[in-house]
Amino acid sequence: MIGFPILSLMTFLPLVGALFIFSIRGDAALVARNARFSALYASGFTFLLSLFALSRFNKAEAEFQFVEKTDWFPALGISYHLGVDGISIFFIVLSAFLTPLCILASWESIKDRVKEYMIAFLVLETFMIGTFCALDTVLFYVFFEGVLIPMFIIIGVWGGPRRVYSAFKFFLYTLFGSVLMLLALLTLYFKAGTTDIAVLLENPVARDLQMWLWLAFFASFAVKMPMWPVHTWLPDAHVEAPTAGSVILAGVLLKMGGYGFLRFSLPMLPEASAYFAGMVYWLSIIAIIYTSLVALVQDDMKKLIAYSSVAHMGFVTLGIFTATAQGVQGGVFQMISHGIISGALFLCVGVVYDRLHTRDIGRYGGLVKNMPKYATVFMIFMLGSVGLPGTSGFVGEFLSLLGAFKVNALYAALSTTGIVLGAAYMLVLYRRVVFGPQDNGDAAAMPDIGMREAAIFAPLVLLVLVLGVFPNYVMDRVSPSAERMLALYNKANGIAAVEPAAGDDEGGIFP
Amino acid sequence: MMPVFSWASLSPALPELFLVMLGMVMVLAGLSQSEGAARSLCRVAIGGFALALMMLLGVNWDSAPVMNGMFVMDHFAGFMKLLILLGLMAAVALSVRYLEQEEIDRFEYPILIVFAGLGMMLMVSAHNLLAMYVGLELQSLSLYVLAAFRRNHSKSSEAGMKYFVLGALASGMLLFGASLVYGYTGALGFDAISHALAGGKAGAGLVIGLVFLLVGLAFKVSAVPFHMWTPDVYEGAPTSVTALFAIVPKIAAMGLLMRLLTEPFGSIMPEWQQVVWVLSLASMAVGAFAGLVQNNIKRLLAYSSIGNMGYALVGVAAGTASGMGAVILYLAIYMIMAAGTFGIVLSMRRGGRAYEDIEDLSGLSRTNPLMAWTLAFLMFSMSGIPPLAGFFGKLFIFQAAIASQFYVLAVLGVLCSVVAAYYYLRVIKVMFFDDPLDALDSDLGFSLRAVVFLSIAFVLFFIFSPDTLVETSRNAAAALFAG
Repeated sequence: MIGFPILSLMTFLPLVGALFIFSIRGDAALVARNARFSALYASGFTFLLSLFALSRFNKAEAEFQFVEKTDWFPALGISYHLGVDGISIFFIVLSAFLTPLCILASWESIKDRVKEYMIAFLVLETFMIGTFCALDTVLFYVFFEGVLIPMFIIIGVWGGPRRVYSAFKFFLYTLFGSVLMLLALLTLYFKAGTTDIAVLLENPVARDLQMWLWLAFFASFAVKMPMWPVHTWLPDAHVEAPTAGSVILAGVLLKMGGYGFLRFSLPMLPEASAYFAGMVYWLSIIAIIYTSLVALVQDDMKKLIAYSSVAHMGFVTLGIFTATAQGVQGGVFQMISHGIISGALFLCVGVVYDRLHTRDIGRYGGLVKNMPKYATVFMIFMLGSVGLPGTSGFVGEFLSLLGAFKVNALYAALSTTGIVLGAAYMLVLYRRVVFGPQDNGDAAAMPDIGMREAAIFAPLVLLVLVLGVFPNYVMDRVSPSAERMLALYNKANGIAAVEPAAGDDEGGIFP
Repeated sequence: MMPVFSWASLSPALPELFLVMLGMVMVLAGLSQSEGAARSLCRVAIGGFALALMMLLGVNWDSAPVMNGMFVMDHFAGFMKLLILLGLMAAVALSVRYLEQEEIDRFEYPILIVFAGLGMMLMVSAHNLLAMYVGLELQSLSLYVLAAFRRNHSKSSEAGMKYFVLGALASGMLLFGASLVYGYTGALGFDAISHALAGGKAGAGLVIGLVFLLVGLAFKVSAVPFHMWTPDVYEGAPTSVTALFAIVPKIAAMGLLMRLLTEPFGSIMPEWQQVVWVLSLASMAVGAFAGLVQNNIKRLLAYSSIGNMGYALVGVAAGTASGMGAVILYLAIYMIMAAGTFGIVLSMRRGGRAYEDIEDLSGLSRTNPLMAWTLAFLMFSMSGIPPLAGFFGKLFIFQAAIASQFYVLAVLGVLCSVVAAYYYLRVIKVMFFDDPLDALDSDLGFSLRAVVFLSIAFVLFFIFSPDTLVETSRNAAAALFAG
């Protein structure tokens, strides 16, 4: 254990940074400069803290670690309860990792109302990290829902031409799902008499009630994820959000849905999850195939990547609901990997958007000649998104499909077409932007990536490759918690735990 | 045995007695002073409310009913009076500058508020149908006059007239209901009625009487379908009066409703639960959908208050101590949010002229960022987004509904809150996403700034120590179920 409350520190350090920025006064240019640096420092320290937490994380332990608990509403038994396990720790690190990159990426592209922008991002970081730390349902909801406020402002103030429509759509869609989840959380509270997630995990409610609660949770997480057919807010939000907003949206916010399935739906409502799994498979398969096809015909780079996100999240839900060790771990890994890759892809779009102020694929072409470094970086992420072995994208998709195959070969076969389609749309995008003739003079004149941009991309490239080659660092830590969750699931559904530990299973695949 | 009168037995009603004196002294003072009477009397009123507040904290919150059982001072009454006095202070503080700007600074204004406040305090302490009616009428008559306070302005006169005619109708129904209840139980005192109904059996006549009582009170809390007056009165009345309407009287009316339903009629809960269920759902729905098409911010806030009363009624419908506790907490939070919001509405002035359309806030985040962020947080809080205070109000309301197994009401209620979120967001959209207009006047006055500051501080920081308020409101509600 660590001698200080590291989770609270990580959660509220960005908020302290935001308060500091709020207090900065004076000349506009100076305020903007100070706001940028303060935000970078605050989020940077948070990232360092998250790395420290990761280094102290006991990988053999399946229970929650770094637990903090104090009274909050003592009369009602609601407490301020934080803790992480192998599933949540990586999402925290991911959030803490992407935020400073986002702030760097916005260094020059955001010129207007810099102070507010940085405050919004730091507040967003607080809510994101809090969501993954929270071990009390009310606290979880507070963080989960609180995300809407800064994100609404980010899309609406610094977004593109249709920002108002997109911001409203994002907010209301998500709120719609979330309020139903709130009622489910309250029902759980009423039935179990506690809001403590750790206790709720061990005490599943009656089967009939599980069905309703599951649907309510599903309304929230499916929208957040997003799953077909409630994904339509995502392309709008992505397209209109500023680059850094898209990165956080794709990188972290979507993962809250998957995290919710893992934390609530599967272990707390195991029988309902088994009952509805078939529906989830089909929705996932439709998402994978349909949105891949939609992505194929997009002319807007951000929209294309947004649809690809929906497809990739389809693999996640497919994997998670197989309730196999491979599927669940694959789902988690896919979320982490997608967080890095899609975030990076949005940053790639941001690089050219900053130069030419258009996301129209047809306006680019032949960038490999004037931007060779950019072409290389973009290629790595493009291949990661396609799921090329050796990149992190491969591991997650492969394991999810392996899990699906154990359930039904048809599901696996259908979803695999998504990988082929994924390769098709990503390669088409890459060819049209990077290769081909340089028809557009202004695109041909764009300078290659500079030092700041290189500094943003370097860690992302490194992570994509390292996680692709050594996924076990993540897997070793995810697996005990995933096993524990599956044990709860199997116990409730009367399935004997015959499967070997996933770590052994993968030994042969990833030595 | 003939009770022997003693002054000491009146001690639980000390704050009320003080307000009676204060009101009369203020009338005399107002008549004898000409210039600037309104301003100084407003200050006197605020000071008087503060004094009454201190007296309230001094009296025994557990005393037996006094004045032959007419007046009760329990934890419920105590906490509701606390809220009422705080709300009144905020409402008067918001008015001072506005009255002068609009040139309606006549001395009757603070006096009417004092008498209205006295009526409200009597309402939440009423322990007898007659005492209830007297308190209610004292409050209502003062408010009718206040609504028409800008008497040379047709909209204000119209608002006063509408409020009066419909209010009188509602009072009539209330009185009719009370007479039916008296007829079927032979009692006016709450204890006696409760005793007469102890078996849990209620005849049709009594239920009709109860429904009439409910209708009368539903009008006062502007629950649908008795809400028609609200948007017109909110729009027509001078804005400072609208602020008063939004902040305080509903607390008193809701308090009265809660006491009436739990104390005398607690044993026939199923009879009134369904009525409250319908009122609550209708209020939430109308508050949400009708608010979507409003352009005038006062009308918008009128529908918002209708919706908010709908949420409060969800907790009443639950009929449990935790439900009533949630309602009290909800009312407290709503009152504070409304005070802050109206503080900002009152400062929507350009070149000395008041503006009332939502569009008049365009680009406020550029011309006055602090005010824009304040209103934005208030709007997020009103729509129930955590981590702001408004969320916790709704949380406990719905928790109570779930605990009483009102699942349908809870689901429809939260869905209405999503619809309503749209119009709250619209206000934010106008301020943050639209192009700026000319800056608003910046001379707001100290008292208005103070109210808005306290309100936003509460909304933002409630989450860090919610304990005291939650605990107090639960204790207050427990008092209703003690007897």
